[in-house]
Parts: sequence; C-alpha cells; structure tokens
Amino acid sequence: MSVAEVPVARAVVRGASRGARVREIIFPASLMLCIAFAMLTLVVLLLDVAVDGLPVLSWNFLTSFPSQVFPERSGIQSALVGTLLLMVVCAVFIVPVGTASAIYLEEYADGNRWWNRLIEVNIQNLAAVPSIVYGILGLAFLVRGPLELGRVVLAGALTLGLLVLPVVIIVGREAIRAVPNSIREGSMALGATLWQTIWKQILPGALPGIATGIILALSRAIGETAPLIVVGAAAFARFNPNDLTSDPFSALPIQILAWIQDPQEEFRTLAAGAILVLLILLLFMNAGAIYLRNRYEQKW
Amino acid sequence: MEAASIAAAGGPRPNLTRGRTPRSVGENIIKALLFLAALISIATTIGIVVSLLAETVEFFSQVGIFEYLLGTKWSPLAGGDQKSFGVLPLISGTLYLTALGLVVAVPLGLGSAIYLAEYASPRARRIIKPVLELLAGIPTIVLGYFALTFITPVLLQGIFGIEVKIFNALSAGLALGVLILPVVATLADDSLRAVPSSLREGAFGLGASKPQVVLRVVFPAALSGIVAGLVLAASRAIGETVVVLVAGGANANLGIDPRESFQNMAAFIAQTARGDIAAQSVEFLTIFAVGTTLFVMTLILNAISIRFVRRFQQVYE
Repeated sequence: MSVAEVPVARAVVRGASRGARVREIIFPASLMLCIAFAMLTLVVLLLDVAVDGLPVLSWNFLTSFPSQVFPERSGIQSALVGTLLLMVVCAVFIVPVGTASAIYLEEYADGNRWWNRLIEVNIQNLAAVPSIVYGILGLAFLVRGPLELGRVVLAGALTLGLLVLPVVIIVGREAIRAVPNSIREGSMALGATLWQTIWKQILPGALPGIATGIILALSRAIGETAPLIVVGAAAFARFNPNDLTSDPFSALPIQILAWIQDPQEEFRTLAAGAILVLLILLLFMNAGAIYLRNRYEQKW
Repeated sequence: MEAASIAAAGGPRPNLTRGRTPRSVGENIIKALLFLAALISIATTIGIVVSLLAETVEFFSQVGIFEYLLGTKWSPLAGGDQKSFGVLPLISGTLYLTALGLVVAVPLGLGSAIYLAEYASPRARRIIKPVLELLAGIPTIVLGYFALTFITPVLLQGIFGIEVKIFNALSAGLALGVLILPVVATLADDSLRAVPSSLREGAFGLGASKPQVVLRVVFPAALSGIVAGLVLAASRAIGETVVVLVAGGANANLGIDPRESFQNMAAFIAQTARGDIAAQSVEFLTIFAVGTTLFVMTLILNAISIRFVRRFQQVYE
C-alpha cells in the first residue's frame, strides 16, 4: 500500500472501524509483550545464575574459607557468617527505632507542627538517597570520626540499618494507619491511656504489617554492596569475626563482587554459586514476609 | 526542651487524663522516647550533609571549584602531570547511563503498568505483581553479574553481533533498565489505578474504544503520578553503583559511543574507596566531592518528584 492511500482509507468509515478493531487487538498485545519481556528477563537471569552456580554448590563451598589461589577449595563461610551477623545486628537496630518512629509519626505527631512535617519530608528524601552516600556517612561517622569503630560488623550493620530505616518507617506507618479508629476510641473510652491503647490494641493489630516491612528492609540490607565497599568490608576474609567491634568482616555481596572481578574464569563460577546462596536466603525471607501477610493480616 | 514542649502541646487526639498524675508523667516519657527515635532520621540527614561537606570544603581548598565543575578530563588517581579533576566526564557518564536505562525501562515499564491496571484480570494480576516484586528484589550485584556474563557476551556480542568491549555502556545501561523497570511499572500502576473509574465510564459512554480510553483519558489523568515515578526511577539509576562498577568499567568517558567503557559517579566512589589511598590525600577527598555532587543531583530530582506527587494528589482530593 502506498503512502498516499492511507488518508483515503481512513476516511472510509468501514476502513476506519476495521483500523480501530485492529488497534483494539494490537494495543493490548503489545502491552502483553512488555510484561512478557519483563518476566522473560527474570527467567533468563535466574537460569544464567543457576547454570553457572549449581555445579559449585556443595557442603564444602558453604563451609570453606575463600582462597585466592585454589578455586576448587574456595568457599563462602566467612561471607555467609558476615552476612548473617550483619542481618541480626541490623535487625536489633531497626526493629525498635523504626517501629518507635512509625508510632510517633502516626499516633503522636501533630502534623501542623513544623518539626513533624520536617521529619516526614526528611524520611521521604532519605528513601531516595543513593546507597553509596550512606556508605560515605558510615565511613566518615562510624568507621572513622566521632565513633571510630573501625572496619567492623557493628559499623557495617549500623550503616545498612540507617539505609533501610525509611522502608521500615514507611511500611510501619501504613500498617498502623490501617488499624481502624474505632479500636482506638473503644480502648480510650474504657479508660486506657494513649500508650496502653497503642501497646495493647494497635501494635498487635499492626504487627503483621510492621513485620513484613522489617523483613523487606532486611532483605534489601543484605543484598546491598555499595555501602559495604565504602565502609571497608574485606573481600577475602580467612576467618570469621570473633565479635562485632574488633575484627574485619566479609559479606556475601562483597565476596561475589571480588569473584566477579577476578580475571580467572574458575573464580567467576564461584561468584554464581555465592549468588545462588544469596538468592535462596532472600527467597526464604520473602516467602516469610508473604506468609506473614497472608496468615496474620486482619480484615477490619 | 523541644521534646517537653511537644509533650505539653499534646498529640492530634485530646489528652483525656487530667493534671500531672504519675500516669501522665509516664505517658509523656514514652512520647519523648518515641520522638527521640523519630529524630534519628533527622540526625542521619545532618550526618550525611556534615560528612560530605566537611571533606568537600577541604577538597576545594586544594582544587579550584571551576577546575572541578568545568574541567573535561577526570583522572584524579593518575600520577604527576596526568592528574586532572574535571568532573564533567563523570556527570555526563552518569546521565548517559541513566538515559540508556530509561530508554529500556520507560516503554516496557509503562506498557506493563497499563496492561496491569487496565487489561489484566484479577488472576493475571495476582501472578504478575509478585513477579515484578521479585524482579525489584534482585540485588544489584546479581544484575551486574547478569550484565557481565549474559548481556555482554551472549546478547550483545552473540545474538546482535555488536562489537562491544567487555566493559561497555550498552550492557550496563540495559542492566540499569532491568533494575528500574519494576520501579516504573509499580508506581505507574498505582497512579493509573488511582484514576476514578467514572472517567473511564464517561469516555466509554461517549463511544470511545478501549485504547482511546486508556491513552487519551486514563493515561493523561495519571500523568503527574507517572512522571513522579519516572523521576524516582531516574534517581535510582543515577545513584546505582555496582551494576556500573561491574559492567560499565572504570573509564570516565565524555563521549557517546555505547560500545565504549563508561563510569558513573557512584562507581567511581566505590572504586576509589576500595583502593589503598592515604586518608586526607586529595585522591581520598575526591570521594566526598563526587559524593556531594551525586547527593545534590538526587536531592533535586527528589524535590521535582515530590512536587509532581503533590500536584497529582490535588486532582483527586
């Protein structure tokens, strides 16, 4: 069909309606292609990692320390232990602080006061700050500077905690907001104080939502690489940290990065193995979050 | 002092206990403690600004501010005469990689969102939404691995036969696109679903076809929310470190050839922080100067995004 024919064809009513019908098929079809592409990417990505990584996985791989000379004797014990320690310490920090902030902002803060509005806008902004900048904060304030912790688990975990705190607060606020006002009013009418109402009525109701937020935040924290690079996690740790405040530590993303950038092909497949371990860990955490959401979420 | 004055002012709900009973004292202590926890986020921001600015000021006492902002050669780690502190190649590299990511993520993400919000059955939604969440939860180091071991050798060099270097902008840009696709899709889906169905019904009532309703009525109505999401996605891509560190290479490049190696600001910071550099040397201080530049850029983008969201909320309140 030549170019000149197109407007003529459009002018004919029947032609136009056929065009419209075609568009009603082509348009959703192209949208479906977009979705299919996104899903295909995920599948290809997982296959790419699984094909390289599955042969590496073994009990030895989990329990050996990384070697820079022998890929076949290399493992991820120190990285795995480091990641688990980071997760636990990070949780100890973000659970009370995040929940308390969410409670304050939802139940106590008067939104007309400038400092409360400042806190809200500030949390929104913090959620968009690049993770590498949190690394710089950790380096300047926790590793060196005022606290001078050194390159230790505590410094890494607090840096990751500050990074994911906005997630905990934002999700926690939504969960608290979802508890209906009638519960608050009923409790207060029976003579309970505001804190008694929060502790005995609102928190139990909001707990599944808050816990989901905490799990999501932790799964983001243990996948982060950039802040740990700047804070100074070690790439090839030959031993586990004995405590949180004196020994160097490693973490799965840091170990993966070191292996990816190794020029030897054998080490790159080790990276795939470590990625699989990280993904399996994340899968369990996310499954836990979904289970919590479905099992305990209350319909008011 | 501040905490006490808030306690006296009372919360949004009336304080029903009268006078200073032991109970009300306890309540006020709890409120003060909760307020302190909320203040940690303010302290974080102050900490970020202070840690960046202190060393950045020190950096500019050694390097001229115009040499930094307008220079076109970035080689702070080179020796002797080769040392140069022009940040433009890093900024242009950051924006270039972000643009490549957006070229992938905007059409695919918006297409996915429109399908999810306007066409998908509830059952299809229940399957697709978690897949997008799963994609959003993939750590960026994994995307870096994917770019280096699949996108570059298999997709670009193999299937498309493009002569790219091992580290190249195209691969890193595509991986950034995969990274922000779920962000674009999720936020656009939320905005589309917030459009009241009366608008759709009105358009259908006037005889419009489904594509017309979606493209000419629903999409424009959701546009400010969608744009806010796009700006957030762009700011994710601008601040991304590991994907570029792994797949983009370590070349501060002012050019536009996507087959070449490119570096962005965050990857430079990570690369420099990993090296053995003496603290307080000018090389070490570049970490903070580049960090400040990156922080200011994302702050501006976030302010734009919040403005768009505000406008969006006004429409339907």
